[in-house]
Amino acid sequence: MAFLTDRKRAEGLGSAKSGTEHFWSMTVSSVALLILVPLFIFTFGAVLGEPYEAVVAYYARPFPALIAGLTLIVGFHHFKGGAQVLIEDYVHGLAKHITILAVTFISYAAMAAGVYALIRLAL
Amino acid sequence: MADVNRGNRPLSPHLTIYRPQMTSMTSIFVRLTGNALLVAALMIVWWFLAAATGPEAFAMADGFMRSWFGDLVMVLSVWAIWYHLLGGLRHLIWDTGRGLDLKSAYAMGYVMIGGSLVLTLLTIIVL
Repeated sequence: MAFLTDRKRAEGLGSAKSGTEHFWSMTVSSVALLILVPLFIFTFGAVLGEPYEAVVAYYARPFPALIAGLTLIVGFHHFKGGAQVLIEDYVHGLAKHITILAVTFISYAAMAAGVYALIRLAL
Repeated sequence: MADVNRGNRPLSPHLTIYRPQMTSMTSIFVRLTGNALLVAALMIVWWFLAAATGPEAFAMADGFMRSWFGDLVMVLSVWAIWYHLLGGLRHLIWDTGRGLDLKSAYAMGYVMIGGSLVLTLLTIIVL
């Protein structure tokens, strides 16, 4: 017992049994999006409005495609976490669980669809 | 303890009881913009899928995206994403323990409002 620190004895004994994963996941994704979002706005914005051939050629290039892919993956991950907190605040009981499931499924589906499209455009 | 009054207990003062303050409104709008951005995000995913599918599918998605409705969603979303980004930056600053006093909170709130409008205008001009 003497070898255990106070912190070690207290860890995991809070009512939630876990702590900062959600907070940290939002922090990491928000810092990543701080970089990705401006790059995405100006790469995607530059090609929006161009004809089909130009769009396909543009997203066959690695830089715009990687920016778009990362923005969609990290963005929908961040959305999933944020929307979950919104739901937890205003929806309760079974409806809460169903809404969180729906938001999670939509996020992963949109993420996968976007990445699939980008891969097809790149190949 | 199992028979205590659940569900019919007095609530602590909540949103509806306070007069709106700039600090609370800027915070509420961070949540609002973040969640509303789903609409634009799904439209963009559709646009990418359409581009990967072929010219006809792309013409449809692109036409919707560039219609007056698509334009409206995109312009509002450009503001929403800049605003949400600045709001997120404010949270990251707060998370380090800085800027938690009222004066800084107000100053950062004004930067969010002004900055998001300036960045939106800049985006519209550049693109």
